[in-house]
Amino acid sequence: MMEEEFRSIRIEKEICHGCMSCMRICPTHAIRVHSNKASLIKELCIDCGECVRTCEYKAILPLTSSFSEFSKFKYTIALPSPVFYSQFGKEIQPGILLEALKKIGFDDAYDVACSSEAVSIALQEYLDSNEGPRPLISPYCPTILRLIQVRYPNLLENLIPIESPMEIAAREAKRKKMQELGLSEKEIGAIYITPCPAKMISILSPPRKKHSFLDGTIAISEIYPSILQAIPQITTKNDVKEVRGLGLGWPIVGGQVASLKAEECIAIGGINDCIRILEDIENGKLRDIQYIECHSCPNACVGGSLTIENQYIARGKVLKIVEKYGSQPCQEREYIRELYRRNFFSQLGKISASPIKPLDDDISKAIQKMKQKQKILDMLPKIDCGICGAPTCETFADDVIKGLTCADECIILTVKKFESMSGNLFETAQKHSRKIKSRWEDEKK
Amino acid sequence: MDKTFTRTFTVVGNNFTDAGKVSTEIKMILKQLGINSTIIRRVAIASYESEMNVVMYANKADISLVVSPSEIQIVVEDVGPGIPDIELAMKEGFSTATTEMREMGFGAGMGLPNIKRNADIFNIESIMGKGTKLNITVSLN
Repeated sequence: MMEEEFRSIRIEKEICHGCMSCMRICPTHAIRVHSNKASLIKELCIDCGECVRTCEYKAILPLTSSFSEFSKFKYTIALPSPVFYSQFGKEIQPGILLEALKKIGFDDAYDVACSSEAVSIALQEYLDSNEGPRPLISPYCPTILRLIQVRYPNLLENLIPIESPMEIAAREAKRKKMQELGLSEKEIGAIYITPCPAKMISILSPPRKKHSFLDGTIAISEIYPSILQAIPQITTKNDVKEVRGLGLGWPIVGGQVASLKAEECIAIGGINDCIRILEDIENGKLRDIQYIECHSCPNACVGGSLTIENQYIARGKVLKIVEKYGSQPCQEREYIRELYRRNFFSQLGKISASPIKPLDDDISKAIQKMKQKQKILDMLPKIDCGICGAPTCETFADDVIKGLTCADECIILTVKKFESMSGNLFETAQKHSRKIKSRWEDEKK
Repeated sequence: MDKTFTRTFTVVGNNFTDAGKVSTEIKMILKQLGINSTIIRRVAIASYESEMNVVMYANKADISLVVSPSEIQIVVEDVGPGIPDIELAMKEGFSTATTEMREMGFGAGMGLPNIKRNADIFNIESIMGKGTKLNITVSLN
């Protein structure tokens, strides 16, 4: 039996109007709209959240945990994405926000930006010491990771095998608390404060291994109101932990690259541009580029669908935060390099491909089906109107071949059919009417 | 019954904006046919290099993809100046690309040798003043 596949969104059929905006925007054509309701083809979904963002009726909901689920843990640690620091007034320093997380119910809060900085140093070491294929691709946007698994399995070998900052942070936070409090790993809940639903999936079904050090996620947008209320209650402003380091710049496009010294690195934001770049890499281009930072969201994580602040303002705030707190490193570089040598950052397990299902497992049959598909496609108008419930004529032809829909669903084909039928009817009627008329005329004589 | 799937694309010379589109479509077809990803990569590189050669040097070309259960064939037939010395053109690093082309990252003199390296069978014929025909075969067995 197939393992139940989790995806980061849920479509509420009762609320869905069947307006098709989600179907049109989905970059991997994973949505269909039949009988006025949207539905998701899970194997094609890459958790980018474009549909969540575009749905006017809020019928597509991101999957995250709710606060009450965390009561099963004896001790909870909040791990905020560095995006969290960019969501509030610019006078509110990151350390205060960590305190605010404790005020709203977490037992502790642990800064992830520091791990981002450490991961940057590890990336640098990897780039300097590994020959292998180029360009290397950053694996930190879960959507891009899944896109590569599904559509570019060829490029899995280009992914840098260095663990993500959120996993490193969760592992270290738990390790410290286990020692300090004598608790077992299971008793501690590590909760990621997330800007996007894709992170949830990377915890629920990690692409590489069965186990994630994180136990759940909660949306920035969900805790936002209570954090706003908690901020004025923090009086010990002088005691707050200082958060610093270049890792604070990670949530914007170019944040990773800025923390690297390697030349020939590029940063890309936006799923469609990422697809273009991955196509190029697959064609053997860009071999002179060392490292590619890819983000599914055009403005990277500050533009995640579960954020509150306008993404451009948030981007500006991240730049200010980096200016203010970024120049001081969080940890000694040499110490991190030593950790790197001791495999502190290595990923457990290998990431596997989950390629698109072919038209048929048997190549001869697949070829025949492809020919049929081509025949159908040749008949279709290629205007991608979407009325059939598929986003493009090409996906519609696919669906017809797979038996998911029938060619009659194409309104243009059907109208053409009617036209030719009614044309015949009209001609026949005329013919008969002439006959009757002439006969009637004859009889009158 | 014909056991092959054939599709022909047209590529126009000097159209750098669309360069790479045919290779992308070819890859999409091969993925849907369930072709092994290592083979797809070889075909992608060979078809992309051929497409770029047409864009850079020819007036236009027909690129045909022929897939049978045992092999993939890419046939590139261009209308263009032809290659005066094929042996020389097949040498790595030899290129007649202009400075502008090189600045854009093309014309490193790797095109034809790269195609040959990724093909199981490679044939090239050229007639001066008429055009060049490439026949690239990648075996599926």
